[in-house]
Amino acid sequence: MSTAIAPPAIPAATELKVVKDATCTFCGCVCDDMELTVEGNTITKAKNACVLGKAWFLNHHAEERPVATIEGQPATFEQAVERAAQILTNATFPITYGLSDTTCEAQRVAVAISDWIGGTVDTTTSVCHGPSGMAFQGVGEVTCTLGEVKNRADFIIFWGGNPAESHPRHFTKYSLMPKGEFLPNGRKDRTAVLIDVRKTKSARAADIFLQIKPRSDFELAWAMRGIAAGVEIDPDIEKVTGISLDVLKDVVAQMKQAKFGVILFGMGLTMTRGKHINSEAVLALARDMNKYTRFTAKPMRGHGNVTGADNVVTWQTGYPFGVNLNRGYPRFNPGEFTTSDVLARGEADAAMIIASDPMSNFSQPARDHLRSIPSVVLDPKLSDTAKVATVAFTTSVYGINTPGTVYRMDDVPISLRPAFDSPYPSDLEVLKAIEKRVKEILQARS
Amino acid sequence: MSQLKISGGTVYDPKNGVDGVIRDIWIENGRVVAAPTDANQKAHRVLDATGLVVMPGGVDMHCHIAGPKVNTARKMMPETKRLAEKVHRTPLTRSGTMGSVPSTFATGYKYAGMGYTTAFDAAIPPLAARHVHEEFGDTPIIDKGFFVLVGNNHYVLQQIRDNEPEKLKGFIGWLLNAAKGYAAKIVNPGGVEIWKSGGGDAAGLDSPVDHFGVTPRQIVTGVAQAAMDLGLPHPVHIHCNNLGLPGNWQTTLATMQALEGRRAHLTHIQFHSYGGNPDDQSTFCSEVPRLAEYFNTHPNLTTDVGQVLFGETTSMTGDGPLGYFLHQVYGRKWFSSDTEMEAGCGVVPITYKDKSRVHALQWAIGLEWYLLVDDPWRVAMSTDHPNGGSFLAYPEIIALLMDRTRREEVLKRVHPKVKDGCTLVDLKREYTLNEIAIITRAAPARMLGLDRKGHLGIGADADVTIYTPSPDIQRMFELPRYVIHHGELVVEQGDIRKTFEGKLLHVAPSYDESLVGDIQTWFEKYYSIQFANYPVDESYLHEHEVVATRR
Repeated sequence: MSTAIAPPAIPAATELKVVKDATCTFCGCVCDDMELTVEGNTITKAKNACVLGKAWFLNHHAEERPVATIEGQPATFEQAVERAAQILTNATFPITYGLSDTTCEAQRVAVAISDWIGGTVDTTTSVCHGPSGMAFQGVGEVTCTLGEVKNRADFIIFWGGNPAESHPRHFTKYSLMPKGEFLPNGRKDRTAVLIDVRKTKSARAADIFLQIKPRSDFELAWAMRGIAAGVEIDPDIEKVTGISLDVLKDVVAQMKQAKFGVILFGMGLTMTRGKHINSEAVLALARDMNKYTRFTAKPMRGHGNVTGADNVVTWQTGYPFGVNLNRGYPRFNPGEFTTSDVLARGEADAAMIIASDPMSNFSQPARDHLRSIPSVVLDPKLSDTAKVATVAFTTSVYGINTPGTVYRMDDVPISLRPAFDSPYPSDLEVLKAIEKRVKEILQARS
Repeated sequence: MSQLKISGGTVYDPKNGVDGVIRDIWIENGRVVAAPTDANQKAHRVLDATGLVVMPGGVDMHCHIAGPKVNTARKMMPETKRLAEKVHRTPLTRSGTMGSVPSTFATGYKYAGMGYTTAFDAAIPPLAARHVHEEFGDTPIIDKGFFVLVGNNHYVLQQIRDNEPEKLKGFIGWLLNAAKGYAAKIVNPGGVEIWKSGGGDAAGLDSPVDHFGVTPRQIVTGVAQAAMDLGLPHPVHIHCNNLGLPGNWQTTLATMQALEGRRAHLTHIQFHSYGGNPDDQSTFCSEVPRLAEYFNTHPNLTTDVGQVLFGETTSMTGDGPLGYFLHQVYGRKWFSSDTEMEAGCGVVPITYKDKSRVHALQWAIGLEWYLLVDDPWRVAMSTDHPNGGSFLAYPEIIALLMDRTRREEVLKRVHPKVKDGCTLVDLKREYTLNEIAIITRAAPARMLGLDRKGHLGIGADADVTIYTPSPDIQRMFELPRYVIHHGELVVEQGDIRKTFEGKLLHVAPSYDESLVGDIQTWFEKYYSIQFANYPVDESYLHEHEVVATRR
């Protein structure tokens, strides 16, 4: 690692190479069929990438920034590691947050550090599909990999999401369009429904669009469960949801007739009124349909490796997010140990933020508190959060510069094939160095 | 490298015919070595085992400890952890959670703490192999490997349909290499595919599988033959059709017969040994005597039990329709996940109650298997962790096998009609320590084809468990005095003394590489990931060992 304070030299752009079967980590689709043309330290072509993927790959430029800063001043890697370890080991309520845009290898070390220091570890799941995680703990989930959707799903419901713009290749690669093993005609063999409060671009792709009234997702899902079970539903459901009983009955009848159905749901469901009970209702609806046919459900995860973060935090601690290790063993309580809540209540006295930018999206009280406490931030860019960091590390970008593992939204683990080297260390390298120093400090104290 | 001498212990090493003999064990470079010829030569370290019982490290050949369904169960059931034992962080070890599905670090520490040094996860969809390797990296101390699900794989079904045994064999060889797995596993052959393609299940060994026109019988025999032809150290590992259904013993017997002398391992056989009418739970009973009679006279077969213990646990299985069945029976939360081209999965919490006639019979049926198999070398201890109960129940099972009065005491408190549905009351057999050493280490190691595990002969891996003898047998096996793994003292009276990652055990059978083009063509049509991104590369393996195939 460089000990120089000046920005590391970026290698000259001479070499030209093509990286096949590379993986895009921009969204939860984690498409692994990228063909990247790399000229030195720039990706000039990203074949197969969608509009978001192209923006991710082609606009990637290594910025001329110091490897690390302390209180805004350039510092050496070693100085920054030392200060980070001091911050984390001197805190009584340190919180680790982010993790959804880095590799599982780095996530594993981040959870380890949180364990050694008796901190709290939480991921961006707590502000996106956390309610789905809680719903999952209530009712379970009947689900499948995306290849099953491609090969079998003849009835697809998109609920509370706009995949045409948020997951642009979902339609073409996994769900609507592809010809599958048992659906030789692709789109013609499938029926698609969109349930949303707005007529988004995704509506054009659907055969049936149910524009529901805002904040009525739970009522709609519950009515559909009732219809499926043969319960008489009050026609007033139309006043509540904006969808007539007849239309609903027809959709449910079609669901029953399908051979293999799937509900793909987004944050329009999980982050609106009802939150986890909305997810519970939809998971229960999909589950109930298995009395008549095969039916599955799946949250459309956003960040490239948020699913990996859920998995890593779970296998190491037993819980998926919002885990407190202060008593020397893991405890779980969303609301109590989730970062936005912990910060908004002014509880944490230090923070380590990895590959996430809470200063740009948390509530004002949470941001005010984060700004007021010592923090360690790992980010390739000078994010709003990096700007307020006590110690900021400039890191290389996963998937573009560094190898490792990411989990697609359906829990399928995929290896990354980096395009070119970065002069900056990876999250993994930074975290390993911090862990080593943290353990030394703790050992000296005991 | 220094020498370690375990001095003066009473050694049980059944593979080498050592049954309770006082002798020294010499260890160097992680292996058991011959005692020096010079009687005066001193070891660098001596562990005084005078008065203690010395056995090879335990080997669990069938458990669920890593991968997608295990991790899903952890995620799904926070409620089982709050009141469970806490696994505290120490300067040397990581914290964790228990409940029926412990977190990874806790799993490694608890196995080692109980004197088990090797464990195999029994059901992994190869698409998720990378996940398992990552979890194994966080499951410390024990050596481990996993079995790869093939019994509902579409390529397998197609080759069986097309009568292409060479392509079948080549594919399984390729797949084990790609996943870095250990053995070929079939789970409810054909039945899972029927479930995935529209619901339902295979009724029996001759039910045709939708879309493929093959039967479970053909899958069983085809994969058994391929595993033998590949020379895999462990033969086909079979989870039969109709798990858990009253009357399923006939399917199990038919499966044994269908093998026609081919080598095979029938797993968690307790769950497959039920008499009675599927539509009438009150007729549920044991059919172990009839199955054991056939099993005893067919040396091509081995088994592990899948013992049920009373209490809270989690059912987790690659058997998708079974998960649905259990959800229907118990009405509790249910996880199901279908993996493209490969497998299914079901996870349901379950509570085995001693006052339930069916549950108490399941408990008794497991014990009947241990007691009715004549040759202990052909039956391995398992709870199918966590399905029948936790692996931490092994000491309790040992106590039940060694002490028939303990069995009688349990029978007094369970549902009164249990006695009518099985033969347990009449079984007076009590296991000896030597037989316990067989079913908990020597036999599973032999079934797995691990030549250096499960014994203490020269050249064996220096995995040694040293117990303090006690009239309380359960206590003796719960809390070993010392555990040595790879020649290092890792546990002392329940405390972890040293941690390391442990070794991955996998196979790398040779296969006809000219078949890969055909596999790739098929793969690229139907999978949702790239063919080049499917195989697990060596960066995931850390310390590992390729166990040789046999010719």
